[in-house]
Amino acid sequence: MSIDIDTARKVAKLARIRVEEADLPALATELSGILGFMEQLNEVDVEGIEPMTSVTPMRLKRRADVVTDGDIQAQILKNAPDAREGFFAVPKVVE
Amino acid sequence: MTHLNELTIAAARDALRAGETTAVDLTMACLTAIDAGDGLNAFVHKTPDIALDMARAADARIKAGDAPDMCGIPLGIKDLFCTKGVPSQAASNILKGFKPEYESTVTTQLFNAGAVMLGKLNMDEFAMGSSNETSCYGNAINPWKVDGRDLTPGGSSGGSAAAVAADMCLAATGTDTGGSIRQPAAFTGIVGIKPTYGRVSRWGVVAFASSLDQAGPMTKSVRDAAIMLGAMCGHDLKDSTSADLAVPDFEAALTGDIRGKKIGIPREYRMDGMPAEIEKLWADGTAMLKDAGAEIVDIALPHTKYALPAYYVIAPAEASSNLARYDGVRYGHRANLKAGDGITEMYERTRAEGFGHEVQRRVMVGTYVLSAGFYDAYYNRARRVRALIKRDFDQVFAAGIDAILTPATPSAAFGLGEMANADPIQMYLNDVFTVTVNLAGLPGISVPVGQNAQGLPLGLQLIGKPWDEAGLLNHAYVLEQAAGFVAKPAKWW
Repeated sequence: MSIDIDTARKVAKLARIRVEEADLPALATELSGILGFMEQLNEVDVEGIEPMTSVTPMRLKRRADVVTDGDIQAQILKNAPDAREGFFAVPKVVE
Repeated sequence: MTHLNELTIAAARDALRAGETTAVDLTMACLTAIDAGDGLNAFVHKTPDIALDMARAADARIKAGDAPDMCGIPLGIKDLFCTKGVPSQAASNILKGFKPEYESTVTTQLFNAGAVMLGKLNMDEFAMGSSNETSCYGNAINPWKVDGRDLTPGGSSGGSAAAVAADMCLAATGTDTGGSIRQPAAFTGIVGIKPTYGRVSRWGVVAFASSLDQAGPMTKSVRDAAIMLGAMCGHDLKDSTSADLAVPDFEAALTGDIRGKKIGIPREYRMDGMPAEIEKLWADGTAMLKDAGAEIVDIALPHTKYALPAYYVIAPAEASSNLARYDGVRYGHRANLKAGDGITEMYERTRAEGFGHEVQRRVMVGTYVLSAGFYDAYYNRARRVRALIKRDFDQVFAAGIDAILTPATPSAAFGLGEMANADPIQMYLNDVFTVTVNLAGLPGISVPVGQNAQGLPLGLQLIGKPWDEAGLLNHAYVLEQAAGFVAKPAKWW
């Protein structure tokens, strides 16, 4: 399956990665090459085979539904590029 | 005379307990070797003050008696592990300046056992690469050199491999999503084991592909791998996929006796165009195990050829989801915004500036295969093929095979920059013998077995049954003893 420039633009948008218009053709070619490689999977008969969800059969552990930590606001904000008054700060969001 | 930084973990442990050396002396020897090894670009954040504090504490503990095996052993830590207060960037500009407020479970366990952290090690960005060439810190360089070229130490754990092979540390942590411990170990003449999925906690390890990632030790010998793995694994409530199983004494399992064990040789791993030197190495390794009394059995793993394409659907899909967290809000890099830029522009510019080319490519491939209309055709199909790959192994083990022997890599280490213009698929082929093991969640170990005509190290891979790291390590120990690989890179750096 070949990826055209419009699809490459859409994928970049969905991935929230800015790609300049001039770079889209090269991106489309690269993605097409990789997806072409994946086409081999169509040769495999997967009839009746369930998609793997867990490589080791295991039951997830359960625990009491109680708070186990908290009160670490300063630590959580410590690495933020922009933190103000105890919050993460982001550009104004107006719809 | 052997310098202290050249010791194995086992030899250093014994010397420490006998009072013949101290953790401080061991650590000083490593710190000196690290400073002399800047040309290899293996250590990217050095922590000498932390190291000496830890070494002094270890010496006190050893003096008091009853110190664990890893007490006083100086280690390098891959940059993918979160280490409290110490830069942990996954070799990415998007995590520039990030200093975690917490410690990963693996490093917590190692440090609780008394191990000493020398610093953080170079790697491919977010562990995506097979040559350490996608790192924001620049290439790590293989201490092995046979002509004018600088060679890759492999990837993604390239800094770990270079540091251990160049005796800058006694051992290092690595992580392996598609071969990132085993391929660099093979390229540098050291031992690297990827445990069974779930054996080692992933908590605090920067996530690449969560259903495939496992941490493991990279060491100078199989015995060291057994000792260090024992300290790294165990059940962890903070990782829901961590297995609640007892950890065996892996070192005690190294009996050297594999008489009557069945070793599978998978015919599908005999690839077209396989170099003669790899073919010969494989045959030599097979003969060594046979001479040790094992029974050699031809086996079939029919879905092998579909492992790479399945991996390159599943791993990017999981990566695109895991890496969504790098948005410029909570940690790491945020782009400078232009007038009128809103939150979407902030995300898009931050991720374009912060992620390198290979990471962007994989995030976009992952986004595509998970997008509406393609999820079934790519992602679900790949997961069904993955189930078949695992079934191949299940059937072989059910038929009585104890371990499987394969080459670790399709070639010896290649030159840095030599793959720059190659198709990305060419680079992905480095993982052809190792990805099956991640897809099936099995333990796999790379053991140095020989050298090519130019003198570069070559490794073989042994694959074990789920949770049978003990048996796997014993097979690897027999192979190591028979191969007698003792070559070291001549110091040029």
